[in-house]
Amino acid sequence: MEQLNTEPTKTTANAQKPFRMSVLVCAGTGCVSNNSFKVMEALQDEIKKHNLEKEIQIVGTGCNGFCAEGPLLVVQPDEIFYAQLKVKDIPLLVEEHFLKGRPVEKFMYTPPEGEVAIPKMSDIDFFAHQRLIALRNRGLIDPEKIDEYIGRDGYTAIAKALTEMSPAEIVQEIVDSGLRGRGGAGFPSGVKWQLCAKQDSDTKYIVCNADEGDPGAFMDRSIIESDPHSVIEGMLIGAFGMGASEGFIYIRNEYPLALERLHVAIEQAEKYGLLGENILGTNFSFKMNVVRGAGAFVCGEETALIASIEGKLGEPRPRPPYPVESGLWGKPTNINNVETWANVPIIIDRGAKWFASIGTETSKGTKVFSLVGKINNTGLLEVPMGITLRDIIYKIGGGIPNGKKFKAIQSGGPSGGCIPEDQLDLPVDYESLSEAGSMMGSGGMVVMDEDTCMVDVARYFLTFTRDESCGKCAPCREGTWQMHEILTKITEGNGTLNDLAVLEALAEVVKDTSLCGLGQTAPNPVITTLRYFRDEYLAHIEKKECQAHVCRELNTYIIHGDVCKTDGKGCGVCRRECPDKAITGEKGKAHVIDQQLCGKCGVCYDVCNFNAITIE
Amino acid sequence: MSTQTVTGIIEKYNSEPKSLIAILQDIQANQRHLPKDALEEVATSLDIPLSQAYSVATFFKAFSLTPKGEYCISVCMGTACHVKGGKQVLEKLERDLSINAGETTDDLSYSLEEVHCVGCCGLAPVVTVNDDLFSKVKLRGVKRILKKYGEK
Ligand SMILES: Cc1cc2nc3c(=O)[nH]c(=O)nc-3n(C[C@H](O)[C@H](O)[C@H](O)COP(=O)(O)O)c2cc1C
Ligand code: SF4
Ligand code: SF4
Ligand code: FES
Ligand code: FES
Repeated sequence: MEQLNTEPTKTTANAQKPFRMSVLVCAGTGCVSNNSFKVMEALQDEIKKHNLEKEIQIVGTGCNGFCAEGPLLVVQPDEIFYAQLKVKDIPLLVEEHFLKGRPVEKFMYTPPEGEVAIPKMSDIDFFAHQRLIALRNRGLIDPEKIDEYIGRDGYTAIAKALTEMSPAEIVQEIVDSGLRGRGGAGFPSGVKWQLCAKQDSDTKYIVCNADEGDPGAFMDRSIIESDPHSVIEGMLIGAFGMGASEGFIYIRNEYPLALERLHVAIEQAEKYGLLGENILGTNFSFKMNVVRGAGAFVCGEETALIASIEGKLGEPRPRPPYPVESGLWGKPTNINNVETWANVPIIIDRGAKWFASIGTETSKGTKVFSLVGKINNTGLLEVPMGITLRDIIYKIGGGIPNGKKFKAIQSGGPSGGCIPEDQLDLPVDYESLSEAGSMMGSGGMVVMDEDTCMVDVARYFLTFTRDESCGKCAPCREGTWQMHEILTKITEGNGTLNDLAVLEALAEVVKDTSLCGLGQTAPNPVITTLRYFRDEYLAHIEKKECQAHVCRELNTYIIHGDVCKTDGKGCGVCRRECPDKAITGEKGKAHVIDQQLCGKCGVCYDVCNFNAITIE
Repeated sequence: MSTQTVTGIIEKYNSEPKSLIAILQDIQANQRHLPKDALEEVATSLDIPLSQAYSVATFFKAFSLTPKGEYCISVCMGTACHVKGGKQVLEKLERDLSINAGETTDDLSYSLEEVHCVGCCGLAPVVTVNDDLFSKVKLRGVKRILKKYGEK
């Protein structure tokens, strides 16, 4: 029953159950949006129809990672993997596979460039190179059933911590494991725990940061949706180790499914006596609260997050004092990211030595990444630290779609940078990524191809940080605004070489003088694109040219009359959509753009269904 | 969501000042904006200055002081959606609804918003309408989405 490369358990889920087959249907946000609940209902109906209820069990799991191929379904024990299932496929699937024992090839996954379907999940490149530790239960359990978590050794670590270990031993175990924060900065978690444990205070708090502000990443959502108890158990262990009796999970309001699963999990843990008074019959008590974020990126920063939990404006304050000294309501408070917490139970269970044996010298364990953008296999993956970017992109990600050329991989979100082709053999660890000008960040990786304009990307991130700057300190507030203005000027073809010099100088000032991490890292996307893609900036400035054709002001839109007439039959869509009424033509005939009237909005290019319009 | 009174929401949180944001979130979800009298009631019940209620209500993106449309259409502008053409989708919606992002149609049917990532980046570009999520949205698909919420 083991899925390859997840951690083996001592007890196996469903071990005593008589089911001949388990059908694991992904019920993560991505697959749900692709109708997985309907698929699950259809399965239930069909199974009932054939009287298979006693033989076949259906389990709704959290995100399986391969969201782009959803809705997903995995049939155990043979690990047969089905992708992009539709409700209408279900009768045939049940009949052929579940009744006659003949897996159905046409519903299996076929790699983009391959021709044959791959039946087994662990043979699929996307899964084969992963190592699941934080995500050890993903796709294997129903996250809304605590028994399934317990069935996979869940809550044995807290039992061990409470009965066999002293708080100091727990903290030492985390120190020895080498675990570093997964929320961005990579601070050694054990050291932070030691600082908090040391504080002499009758009240201490711990916080789980599930604000996940990086636009383009979904590691934390996925962990909570697929295995909420791992986070709760991690927090319990931390609370006992540091002497805290109350915890808060601060979660984005944009994640309704994760929020709901968290509530269900907490309720069940309370019922089982794993949260509340006298946990597992000991004198350790712990209360868990959930606080919803209200949509401000800066609230992911720890001091702003604390203010927001207290019901105040989510603005950062200068540190020191650090939250471990003075946090929530002035009390010592330890904050860790979702993924950091999810690693804790298995470290206590397996021991620091085991954890420290995975990864590199300075970066231990694994890291969860969301791999998105211009890549064949988009999704969520967990890999050992030290793997190269190239392996992530080509072995797991399956390369760039449509035969396009790779240009850059962006990591670390708005605080990170873009890494070019010649650096792809870098090992993924905290130090190497920083040296390349980017950062590990929380785990977002966005792949960009030749159709992505790097000046536009820099501008995109500055739009984001400008909008998200809380405005408290001037360098960040004014600096991001000014940098955004200059970048806009360049993308519109009005930039000068002097602008470039000002941009670089500004970037340094904002980096050095801003109050919090938002401002201090906001220039990174500009700095790295200037470092690796300066030629693109120069092309925009000197030749008024955007090679990727993204910066519309620099484009000239042309309709190819013959294609328009023969393929499109002069459909007229572009004429109707053009806001400047720059296009003329009649149905059935070739259309033309009046370049004098054209406002270069690019709409015609986007809406033409026949590729009759090109950009020069 | 069922309609709850402002008083009911405040009571649910025991009139605790630390629950200000949660209270405002529930009112926003319920009434699709934060009416002036609701903010006043919250400030009085929580015994906080009205100015504090207003500063929180204007700081966070989740809140709006003017009524939102029955269908709140949010177009993801996260990084993954940006490189996969989210902006073009937004512009198409702006044209089709004749409003700009951040605005609501006069008949209070639709609001159009930008959102920074809904965590479905693998399915970019993404659009949400109230609680429904649409993935890998193509310009051609925009009409279909609007149709679904068209006639009430
Ligand atoms: C602007 C800004 C946004 C941040 N957003 C997040 C976030 O969304 N999630 C997170 O875990 N940490 C975020 N952080 C980092 C936190 O401040 C903090 O370092 C982290 O939660 C500590 O947990 P860790 O040590 O387990 O990583 C952010 C920091 C800054 C400066
Ligand atoms: S949309 Fe394309 S095919 Fe149709 S009229 Fe315009 S250019 Fe011609
Ligand atoms: S680019 Fe815009 S303004 Fe120019 S012809 Fe096309 S639709 Fe009209
Ligand atoms: S939501 Fe199903 S694989 Fe991610
Ligand atoms: S970037 Fe659009 S859903 Fe994340």
